[in-house]
Amino acid sequence: MSWISVFALALQTAVGFQGASYALAATGLNLQFGYTGLSNFGHVGFLMMGAYGMAIASDRGWSIWVGLALGIGAAVLLGLALGIPTLRLRADYLSVVTIATAEILRLVANARPSAPVTGASRGIGGLSESLGFFRPNFFPEGKYGIGNSFLFSSRQLWSMVVAWSCVLVVTLLVRAWVRSPWGRVLRAIREDEDAARALGKNVVVFKLQSFVIGGSIGALAGALIALDAGSVNPGRWIAPLTFALYTVVILGGAGTVWGPVVGAVTYWFLLDFVDGALNNLWFDVSDTTAGAVRLALMGVGLMLLMIYRPQGILGSKEEMLASGR
Amino acid sequence: MADDPLASVEPRAGVPKPDPILVVDGVQRRYGGLVAVDVDHLEVQRGVITSLIGPNGAGKTTFFNLLCGFDKPDAGRWTFRGDHVEGTSPHVLARKGMVRTFQLTKTLGRMTVLDNMLLAGRDQRGESAVRGLVRGTWKGQEAELEAKAHDLLVRFKLDAKAGDYAAGLSGGQRKLLEMARALMTDPALVMLDEPMAGVNPALTQSLLGHVTALRDEGMSVLFVEHDMDVIMTISDWVVCMAEGRVIAEGRPADIAGNAEVIEAYLGIDHGGSVSGEIR
Repeated sequence: MSWISVFALALQTAVGFQGASYALAATGLNLQFGYTGLSNFGHVGFLMMGAYGMAIASDRGWSIWVGLALGIGAAVLLGLALGIPTLRLRADYLSVVTIATAEILRLVANARPSAPVTGASRGIGGLSESLGFFRPNFFPEGKYGIGNSFLFSSRQLWSMVVAWSCVLVVTLLVRAWVRSPWGRVLRAIREDEDAARALGKNVVVFKLQSFVIGGSIGALAGALIALDAGSVNPGRWIAPLTFALYTVVILGGAGTVWGPVVGAVTYWFLLDFVDGALNNLWFDVSDTTAGAVRLALMGVGLMLLMIYRPQGILGSKEEMLASGR
Repeated sequence: MADDPLASVEPRAGVPKPDPILVVDGVQRRYGGLVAVDVDHLEVQRGVITSLIGPNGAGKTTFFNLLCGFDKPDAGRWTFRGDHVEGTSPHVLARKGMVRTFQLTKTLGRMTVLDNMLLAGRDQRGESAVRGLVRGTWKGQEAELEAKAHDLLVRFKLDAKAGDYAAGLSGGQRKLLEMARALMTDPALVMLDEPMAGVNPALTQSLLGHVTALRDEGMSVLFVEHDMDVIMTISDWVVCMAEGRVIAEGRPADIAGNAEVIEAYLGIDHGGSVSGEIR
């Protein structure tokens, strides 16, 4: 494989559905963590709500819109159920409760008694056919792209167009939110809850709103991931996915509007480029080794980022310095 | 003051006032066996500067936190502007007109000075998550708040810093910003927790000027302070706490001569330096 192909394949992942779905999921996390300072370590639990909403709708023969409503409704309920008891408490409680809950949800979905609803460990398949996700696809069959490697099938193109459209709409919504007085209160809470309280802001309500909205955005991302994959199974919704989304948020710049987008594209480009590069060396590298090495390199990359550009790619240095009073 | 509303009030702990804005009854706060605050009765007069003094550990700040809702008492009731407010959350109290500042200033460093001010504006339509999305619903109010914030920043000599991150302000400027920000909430009672702590003498003078200006504009001020000179200069009424209790109340001159206060506060007779005339 030529180095140009390695580059093209990495770019394909970055600007394709992978990049878009991570950007969307990270946008939800960015609202919670980047703007409000809520350490949600169970974001994957919200993605799972969206994915299973679609899967259950498909299994029952309901429409795609019912599936979406189901997933987002479940995410709102999850947000309220987690937020109401914990958002009154110190920040650490939220992290512990969210990471545990996401894990519990995955194990419950995976458990045999859940089989009639979630399909247990085998999950639910055949989503795209029964929900008709690809039915409105107006791209004719064929390959789209440049050269021999930077190519998308018509289905891939449809998924990525839908996903990036969602990213655009949601990002513009978040942009309007964070520039409003509502967003100003979130930023105040991120820095000092007591100051916001002393100025008459009902801090718990604002935190709950941010948490629920961020979780719903996560559910939307989860729903798209399920639709694109055509199947849902519990093995996918593990804590490392949450950590990958944190990487995306921090890489792009926490608390910036376009940070999650830049972060997701960069994340997937680097990850896939390293993968391709390892397979393109003059000696053989096994897949397991390549997987481990790319994660190790990601870790080194993040450390370097924290040392030399802690505000992320888009973050403001001045604002970062301001936080270290 | 020419028409001192407290002129006929007897200098004694727990004395009733002609027009109290805050009335406290039997407030207690215990930490295990330690009684940090135990105030039988205290009235704070409307429209004057009342200072709360006492030695370290007297329970001033704890009492202060209780009144603002930042801490919960084990017993007691109190009214603010005639309403019972025990057990009320701090943000509700702030909306009722009781605004506080903090001993360690809580200016928001990652926000601009102007944003710090705008944050404090009350009843903002754009603070609803739904209306926040529709700029048209809050643009007008935002412009009004900006004008109001600008006036206050000019008064506190911070207007040149409006666009800077608050983290770039000096310690004294942060105190000023916190006070200006508190005024954005249109308070009836301003509670200042050691506003002069760690501030240089020149700035102390300017802060004192701002505090008296609040009173002259009709607000009530209750503040905790250590510096006796400061207290004697600007207070209309002084409340002295020791070991959680109110041990004396009175005009500055009454307090300066009060043997109990001198004993509790200074441990020894401090002679002439604690007097109303000092400056």
